[in-house]
Amino acid sequence: MLVIEGVQTFYGAVHALKGVDLKVGTGEIVALIGANGAGKSTLLMTICGNPKPRYGRILFDGDDIVGIPTHLLVRRGLAHAPEGRRIFPRMSVVENLRLGAVAADPAHFSSDLERVFGLFPRLKERRDQRGGTLSGGEQQMLAIARALMSRPRVLLLDEPSLGLAPLVVKQIFAIIEEINKRDGVTVLLVEQNAFHALRLAHRGYVLVNGQIAMTGTGQDLLANEQIRSAYLEGGHGR
Amino acid sequence: MEYFLQQLINGVTLGAIYGLIAIGYTMVYGIIGMINFAHGEIYMIGAFIAVICFALLGMLGITWIPLVLIIVLLVSMCLTALYGWTVERIAYRPLRGSFRLAPLISAAQGAKIKPLQPMVRGGFEVMRGETFTVNASYLQVIIVLMTVALMAGFTWLIAATPLGRAQRACEQDRVMASLLGVHTDRTISLTFVLGAILAAVAGVMVTLYYGVVDFYIGFLAGLKAFTAAVLGGIGSLPGAMLGGLLIGLIEAFWSAYFSIEYKDVAVFAILVIVLIFRPTGLLGSPDVEKV
Repeated sequence: MLVIEGVQTFYGAVHALKGVDLKVGTGEIVALIGANGAGKSTLLMTICGNPKPRYGRILFDGDDIVGIPTHLLVRRGLAHAPEGRRIFPRMSVVENLRLGAVAADPAHFSSDLERVFGLFPRLKERRDQRGGTLSGGEQQMLAIARALMSRPRVLLLDEPSLGLAPLVVKQIFAIIEEINKRDGVTVLLVEQNAFHALRLAHRGYVLVNGQIAMTGTGQDLLANEQIRSAYLEGGHGR
Repeated sequence: MEYFLQQLINGVTLGAIYGLIAIGYTMVYGIIGMINFAHGEIYMIGAFIAVICFALLGMLGITWIPLVLIIVLLVSMCLTALYGWTVERIAYRPLRGSFRLAPLISAAQGAKIKPLQPMVRGGFEVMRGETFTVNASYLQVIIVLMTVALMAGFTWLIAATPLGRAQRACEQDRVMASLLGVHTDRTISLTFVLGAILAAVAGVMVTLYYGVVDFYIGFLAGLKAFTAAVLGGIGSLPGAMLGGLLIGLIEAFWSAYFSIEYKDVAVFAILVIVLIFRPTGLLGSPDVEKV
């Protein structure tokens, strides 16, 4: 469904991605793990065309989407809940969700709203509250809900567990699983919380310094000694 | 008392005009963080288009005042909208994301145009005192009503329409807006266009009000409206309206009770004082964002 081939991205003179190959099949949850600064978020943003890759191809449904303006990609079914959540702080929860639905058919809005409120009852309670006043966990829920409002087929999630309490992390991961199983949404999940991410994912990739260092099923990667020492130290029980 | 009331009426009229121009500054600043210094010139162009239209319509023999007003407003709104769009396209888009100092685009020099015949005559007495009669001309009433209507319409547009929502989204986080499917370039263009339309209305009004237009009106009016926007809190729509009103009132009262030569000094002095004590302007507030 999503195929990334030899993608290289630069931020000015910084060579952020040095030839990344990655595949996400229909219906899969794929986890991308790696240390801070490895290029995980850059890869997700590159898929969305901001920044554009200098070399390589990104195929979505078989079409090369490199060079397609960012705002048109949502209409093809690619949604992104980016790093830092990027909730519109001075807009209500409902308005944030309305913006998530910019690319969707307006006729679906009220049923889609009920659907995401069903997934995140907390957001329904806070529907008229400003985004900037929500707690971190609520903002993360809103970021995912907002991405879902466009009815995506592929959902890119960037560090949904960052800065959240363990209980909230559990909730969020349960919902990601539900979205994937029930609605058939394909998920590419970037995480530092490798333990949770690999347990949830069908497959995983490890990104080191802008290159894929290792790949395998979630189980294999979890069992791998190198990964355990590099990414899972103290990860248990989190 | 009567004199005071008269100045109040004059000040509100002037304030309405400044407020309309100030909205253009504040919206563009809000969305791209640049000051559109060409905005005063857009207002000047609106005024000139109005003069040309009045002359043309006069030649064509169209003299029914309401029709003339509507045609003139529409024509100047359309042409300045085009102008605003062009300014954004040619001057601002290439600069976005680079440095945050906008270029100052100055208008060409030219001669004054002779005064127009007053189009809208008459008015009514608001109050008759012993020595002084307070008048409100129909034109003043039209200017204030039209401004109130436009501002109400604009407030609604920003608060409740998809375009307004997209504008606010671009203002708060442009990259995120584009990730969600907002056509950010078009939204920014439309912001320039809307600001230009309001400036055009102000230009038409001022042509009618003073009957004199020259190529330099854009500079001072632009500066005053910019002051109004900063005074009210740049980026804030109600702030621009309030700022415009205050500047109009300050100017009218200062001219009436102190020296008319120093009215501009008074306006800018107030700005300096406000900025010292409230750097974000009257209605602007530093945002406390929670992560």
